[in-house]
Amino acid sequence: MKNVVFILLRRLHLPLIVLILVYAVSILGFVVIPGQDDQGNPWRMDFFHAFYFVSFMGSTIGFGEIPYPFTGAQRMWASVTIYATVIAWLYGIGSLLSIIQDPAFRQLITENTFRRAVRRMRDPFYLVGGYGDTGSQLVRSLVDAGFRVVVVDIDPERINLLDLEDLGVFVPGLCADAANPEVLEMAGLKLPNCIGVVALTNHDHVNLMVAITTKLHDPRLPVIARAETSSAEANIASFGTEYIINPFEVFAEQLTLALHAPGALLLQEWLAAAPHERLEEPLFPPHGKWILCGYGRFGQAIHRRFQAVDESLVVVEVKPEKMRVPPGSIAGRGTEAHTLLEAGVEEAVGIIAGTNDDADNLSIILTARELNPDLFTVVRQNQRLNDAVFRAIHADLVMRRGDIIAHRIFSLIIAPLLEEFLEEAKRQGNAWANQLVARLSGLLGEEAPAIWEVELDRERAPAVVAGIAEHGQLALEILLRDPRDREASLSCIPLYLWRGGRRELLPDGKMPLHPHDRILFCGQPQALSQMEWILQNRRVLHYIVTGEELPGGWVWRKLNRREDSPAL
Amino acid sequence: MNLEKVIFAFFILLALTLNFGFFVGDIADPVHHNVYELFAALVVSLIATVLKFGDRTHLGAVLLATSLVADLQLIAAAVVWGWAEHVSATGLTPHVMAAIVSLSGGAVLANVTSVVLLVSETMMVRR
Repeated sequence: MKNVVFILLRRLHLPLIVLILVYAVSILGFVVIPGQDDQGNPWRMDFFHAFYFVSFMGSTIGFGEIPYPFTGAQRMWASVTIYATVIAWLYGIGSLLSIIQDPAFRQLITENTFRRAVRRMRDPFYLVGGYGDTGSQLVRSLVDAGFRVVVVDIDPERINLLDLEDLGVFVPGLCADAANPEVLEMAGLKLPNCIGVVALTNHDHVNLMVAITTKLHDPRLPVIARAETSSAEANIASFGTEYIINPFEVFAEQLTLALHAPGALLLQEWLAAAPHERLEEPLFPPHGKWILCGYGRFGQAIHRRFQAVDESLVVVEVKPEKMRVPPGSIAGRGTEAHTLLEAGVEEAVGIIAGTNDDADNLSIILTARELNPDLFTVVRQNQRLNDAVFRAIHADLVMRRGDIIAHRIFSLIIAPLLEEFLEEAKRQGNAWANQLVARLSGLLGEEAPAIWEVELDRERAPAVVAGIAEHGQLALEILLRDPRDREASLSCIPLYLWRGGRRELLPDGKMPLHPHDRILFCGQPQALSQMEWILQNRRVLHYIVTGEELPGGWVWRKLNRREDSPAL
Repeated sequence: MNLEKVIFAFFILLALTLNFGFFVGDIADPVHHNVYELFAALVVSLIATVLKFGDRTHLGAVLLATSLVADLQLIAAAVVWGWAEHVSATGLTPHVMAAIVSLSGGAVLANVTSVVLLVSETMMVRR
């Protein structure tokens, strides 16, 4: 850490020397110039009085002539030194102020403050690079879920936004380039309580650098990176980044899921929804001819997916040669009626406005609707600022990059098993997903479910680990009973069980538990707090297993055999 | 040749020579020790300290420390002198003079260290 005081002193060399010299000459002058005492005898000021006089004269020009009234020569010297000391002080203070206002120096001070703030955090935290649409949403969700967060962004505006945002806990933010490994270190990458890194900047290259730096420092530290091109995706994946999220691919996948397996999509949306969000109604996009406007990264992802499921798609692109559009495509922006007519909008069932310009996308939707009011409309929103207009247009589906990535990353952080579960769920087909959705909606009502993961180890579930040793075997259903009444069950279901190489989708209640099992649950948020009792309190577990309360006097036992008592 | 280095070495050496000039002589005899010389030694020592600010090398840190020690010793000597003449009733007794001169002797030692470091650094650079 650079010491601010030393840098300040080094840059104040000259003013300090000037000040010392001016004082030295002034003092010397008063000592040398002959004076008179009150009786008119010749008298010379000594160093002590000269220092005293010059000190108060330099700062205040006050207190009068001491110890005896000055002679003419002394007064002449005093008037010279008054100006000299005042100028020396002005020069010194002026230089000090200009150094303090110097942008480089201020940057140094902010960096030091930031570094200290990060060091002072004792709780586990996530390092988030990039505080744009996605970053801000993710940070809010993480903070709401009780995690600490450190933010790095290159745009000072966004760091200002972070400062103004009322997040409840302090989130240190630094305006710096996340691609610089030193910046990441400053942001706490090497601290033991950094539990994960999320790279969300707008540039794939920066995200790549963040992932590389993290993985070089500690290969076990989980990294979640955003990538918008498939080459960057492959590159970031090549050195073991845990999760790479390409928003275009994710959305294209969701759209094709909506076409072919709406149940699976609904399941995915429900499970990845933010807590307390209202559940979405299922969407049923029509089958038939689709029109896609804009063949950029987004359009290409959609096109690939549509081809894979044999859905017919006509591409409209303004620069067909440059983007290497598929045969049969129409040249044009899609905002004009004749291009859309040429693409066959009248017999199409749906339109996807996927250019990287919000105004164009809105115009495409409005024009297409005029030509064919029954179209299913999908629109890509690029800027968060345009929320209001995109709400007003009432498109059937709005693709917001920020929302998609923020949701996905949040669920990855909260429950790493969720991703695996969803992959598995997609393979099970639509009917299976529909069944599960029906079961979930019976359990949950209108609100989004809470998702949580439990690992049966000594720290997370001490009572259960001890219970397995004591009773020989515990079934999974033990965890699903209500601690207040063992006949009732908690409103949650186990989605997935992970045991070494073995994975179990929707594990059965009869399944015996093993230590170190990881189980993914989904249910009402209150169910989690009830389940904590079973996981951590041995008396509660005993009641649930046997139906009998442990005999009284446990206070005494707790005092006597502390390590044996149930952990509360 | 670098003007900055000339000034730097000049002040460090001058601090030592002035300091030494004040120090030599009978330790308790005020006649041998000039108050102007002490003043000059203190001022030059302060300037040398400021010149050493901000060098973040290990050697720079040691140089700064020696200067701070010299300043401290000389300021203590000056304060003792002022106290004896203007505050205490005893005046400048041989006993007080001995204290002042021995304090400045400590500063001489610190300044010698400073010069030795400076010379050895110069020898190592050999340019």
